[in-house]
Amino acid sequence: MAVELKAYAEVAGQDVIEHLQQLAGLLKGMRVVHVNSTREGGGVAEILEKLVPFMQQLGIEATWEVITGGEDFFVCTKSFHNGLQGKPVNIPESLLHVYEQTNAENAQRLRAALENADVVFIHDPQPAPLLSLCPHRKGKWIWRCHIDISHPHRPVWKYLRDYIVGYDASIFSLVDFAQPLTHTMFIVPPSIDPLSEKNVSLDSDEIASVFEATGIRRNSPVILQVSRFDYFKDPLGVIQAYKVAKRVTGGLQLVLAGGGATDDPEGQQVLEEVRLAAVDDSDVHVLALPPDADRTINAFQHGADIVLQKSLREGFGLTVTEAMWKGKPVIGGDVGGIRLQVVNHHTGFLVSTPEGAALRIRYLLSHRRALERMGRTAREFVRENFLITRQLRDYLAVMVSLVYGVEERIELDYSRAIRR
Amino acid sequence: MRRENRNRARNPFEVKDCVLIAIGTGINAQNLRELRDRLTTVHAGCIYYHFWGGLLIPRFEEPEYNNDFAAWARHGLHDYILAERLAVIDPRDFPDLEELRKHLIEVIEERLYETDMVPWAKRDQQFHFKRSQTVVFDTNKRMADPSKLPEVLPTLSVGSIFYHFIDARRRSSQGLDDFSSWLGGYGTKYTRLVQEIADIDPYFTTLHEIRERMCQLTRHYCTSEEK
Repeated sequence: MAVELKAYAEVAGQDVIEHLQQLAGLLKGMRVVHVNSTREGGGVAEILEKLVPFMQQLGIEATWEVITGGEDFFVCTKSFHNGLQGKPVNIPESLLHVYEQTNAENAQRLRAALENADVVFIHDPQPAPLLSLCPHRKGKWIWRCHIDISHPHRPVWKYLRDYIVGYDASIFSLVDFAQPLTHTMFIVPPSIDPLSEKNVSLDSDEIASVFEATGIRRNSPVILQVSRFDYFKDPLGVIQAYKVAKRVTGGLQLVLAGGGATDDPEGQQVLEEVRLAAVDDSDVHVLALPPDADRTINAFQHGADIVLQKSLREGFGLTVTEAMWKGKPVIGGDVGGIRLQVVNHHTGFLVSTPEGAALRIRYLLSHRRALERMGRTAREFVRENFLITRQLRDYLAVMVSLVYGVEERIELDYSRAIRR
Repeated sequence: MRRENRNRARNPFEVKDCVLIAIGTGINAQNLRELRDRLTTVHAGCIYYHFWGGLLIPRFEEPEYNNDFAAWARHGLHDYILAERLAVIDPRDFPDLEELRKHLIEVIEERLYETDMVPWAKRDQQFHFKRSQTVVFDTNKRMADPSKLPEVLPTLSVGSIFYHFIDARRRSSQGLDDFSSWLGGYGTKYTRLVQEIADIDPYFTTLHEIRERMCQLTRHYCTSEEK
């Protein structure tokens, strides 16, 4: 069952809820359709699961449609995904044909709803051709790109760009992730849900029992990195940093927690390398967790002293946001969206090497007041910038901007409101 | 000006709040010459955003640089000299954004003239020009007269301070903040307070500090008036 938006007033502030209601006042009764390619799994489905009911609670007729396709369709879109993020891929014509055909079939099914909608959000490249397949559309169409396409494999972008340019606007998570386009490009960073299993407050008994079950001592400092076992997350660099820091911080423990890697050959290889690097140290805990371990990860984040995200390449890095929300300073790699969240010396430290990370671990563990101050600042920073209510507000603002043709300023004047 | 202010004083002060929604322009610069070239043509809203927009991003203690151009010169180009020259630019010294744009270009051209090599940034450290849309909310808070200022000001969000103290200067034909415009409508009664508000530096500071200073000034003024 969907959580009531009102419940967020306690964590985000009553004024934030009032802002949402004011913006939605200009969108009441409007038909808004979100389209993506999966109902479950992945960050996009996770966010739509929340945003669509919130929009409905605000009086907007929001719906969520999912396109369907066969195996070849998803092989093709997975190649798009890799290609858009810079990996050289060669996509045969036959797969492109499947992509186009699958979208045409989905358009048959969805055309009425999409052409009648006031606003359509198309998420990522999978359903991108739907715009050109709905010639009698009357609303505004927005392409919401959730990935970093700043340095794509050029042939992939050249092919997809033709489907994107016709949209009324696009939304990117960071300005650094965008490609130049002729329509308006809104920047809407991702967010976390403070009331989800992953982020809700936990009592100390629950945290203690998770630590006990894993054999982690509560009376010695704990540093944590939560991430997939992937070279770009640099788990080996984290172990190196831990070893340097441990020379002066006796009893230091490291937890490397990530999703299972059985379906990812490279992930499995990284996991084995990480285990090998940690084999002679019982204070390094390498945990391959199942996908539904949100509450366990939450407990680790709550109980750790410092959280690391020492990535060498990163998208936005929502694990950083999650840790900061739990009042932890984050030592993060100086890349991608981590730069937006880790404000050097205020919410944590940006580092470029294992040695840099070790230096900051040592500093924070020997300056507990600074550690606590940074943790408090980090939590406030997330409260003001990276909660789901802010993302919802930005989406509503984008809709108002497009529906009412706003150039620079949205004054909430209800006398101009379009009534449905 | 007086008539405009007098009309305003008859009405209660309507407290608004605002947020900025960032818009990417797709225009980037990877070296100083590109920055100079792009600056000649970008939307004036970009100049505004990169000078003033940072105020609405929560800052911690003292900001290292007050505008994004200076921050990029330091962290992207690693040109400390240029960073210092850009950081000291006060946008209030210019009558409008076009004059500010001209000065910015002048400072950059001077630096290009001095240097043998054009300073450049790594690919993932490019300068991305952004502008913004301002979304204005009504807080439903109203101040019947200036005696309410000490009570209401501490409750205002930083978005409200930005709207009434920073954004107002673009909306007012005299470049005044909303508080001064409203007080000006009471004739000479609040002249000293208006002068003290005018002395608050809105640029080399934070919105929290502006709110705190406004609270001090109005509290002190109203207390001394009562005596």
